[in-house]
Amino acid sequence: MNTNKNSYTLIYSTIMVIIVAAALAFAADALKNPINKNREIEKKMNILMSVGKALEISGEKNLFIESEYKKYIKEEFLVNAKGERIQGDAFNTDLKKEYAKPEQERKLPVFVCIDKDIKLYILPVRGKGLWGAIWGYVSLKDDLNTIYGTNFDHASETPGLGAQIATRNFQERFSGKKLFKNSAFVSVQVIKEGSAALDDYKVDGISGSTITSKAVGKMMLESLSNYRAFFGKFSNQ
Amino acid sequence: MSQKEHFFSAKNRKLFTDPFNNGNPITVLVLGICSALAVTVKLQPAIVMAISVTVVTGCSSLIISLIRKTIPTRIRIIVQLVVVAALVILVDQILKACAYEISKQLSVFVGLIITNCIIMGRIEAFALGNKPTPSLVDGLGNGAAYGAILVIVAFVRELFGSGSLFDIRIIPESWYVKNGGFYENNGLIILPPMALIILGIIIWVHRSFNKSLHEK
Repeated sequence: MNTNKNSYTLIYSTIMVIIVAAALAFAADALKNPINKNREIEKKMNILMSVGKALEISGEKNLFIESEYKKYIKEEFLVNAKGERIQGDAFNTDLKKEYAKPEQERKLPVFVCIDKDIKLYILPVRGKGLWGAIWGYVSLKDDLNTIYGTNFDHASETPGLGAQIATRNFQERFSGKKLFKNSAFVSVQVIKEGSAALDDYKVDGISGSTITSKAVGKMMLESLSNYRAFFGKFSNQ
Repeated sequence: MSQKEHFFSAKNRKLFTDPFNNGNPITVLVLGICSALAVTVKLQPAIVMAISVTVVTGCSSLIISLIRKTIPTRIRIIVQLVVVAALVILVDQILKACAYEISKQLSVFVGLIITNCIIMGRIEAFALGNKPTPSLVDGLGNGAAYGAILVIVAFVRELFGSGSLFDIRIIPESWYVKNGGFYENNGLIILPPMALIILGIIIWVHRSFNKSLHEK
């Protein structure tokens, strides 16, 4: 057979693409459930880590995370731009899609953690890093002003530099910082390490990765400002 | 059956073992260096990467060898790429489903197996002109030999960079300066340049033992 004819080449490539596409589609479908389960567990773990739980895993990971999540996260709900609670699935809300909408139409998830007599509000944040998306969770004490803990993750920040936002060492710098200054929303600024005295509204960035560090500050300011109405509602009560 | 070659024949054995010595893809051919630098900070991801690459080189060589007579010469590189890319996507998906943490650590490098020169190199140089069994053996051998170097580098880097192996502490806590001892992890080993230097040392040792590699 002449394998160099144009018609042969065309038919060959068509058939090859169809076979490969079918095989990949089949594999993607077969593995969809375990992959989604892994993502769900990871999300639950990140939410727990923002309130300082699940830092050490004991026993089988999936079971452990599920049981810890059930134990501490007592409420999940959505709020709109006016700070009112609305119907919907908070856990599976995709922040990326919500941020693409105009501010008035956004539905924003809130998670509530209750550990003995401490009540914490966990808010998801999302923004742009140096190379790709960065995201995380910020937990607030029930004055909705003081940060209790944070957890950040990233898609593709520079390993060893920007990627350090995913380490506890960096995340712990936010604990105890405040969002409101004289009842104005200011959020927390990430500054160049050692460039200024730290106060309640500043944390040190990571040396060598100014852009990623600043991006974390910007992400917190922009994402959390969506919740201003929600914060306001609480302080009036 | 007497005509047919046994899977473990001397020739096939040589195809498998040759990449570990005279034809080592990393130390002799200097292929696939980038991933060797990136995934060797810890042993566990290095081993997963080694297995993934071995599976991809073996399977892609086998598949290309099986269809080698039907491939139109003009689009042969595209056909090879499609086969390799499909296999890599499969490996990536399986890792995400079964070893999510490790797949996150390996991040883009699983996808980048596609660009690993060893795979295309073996397909072009061997699988296109040989029968399926030797091609499979050759692919597996090259993947495993690449993996072996990866594991050696990762062993050194994890032991001296983090003081552990498979995340299990080897160097006792009490040795560290912060606990009043005399020892400190070498931070430089964690960084990519040190992987290159370790690789250089491996090549040096390899060449000093194997005289046939010396240039005349």
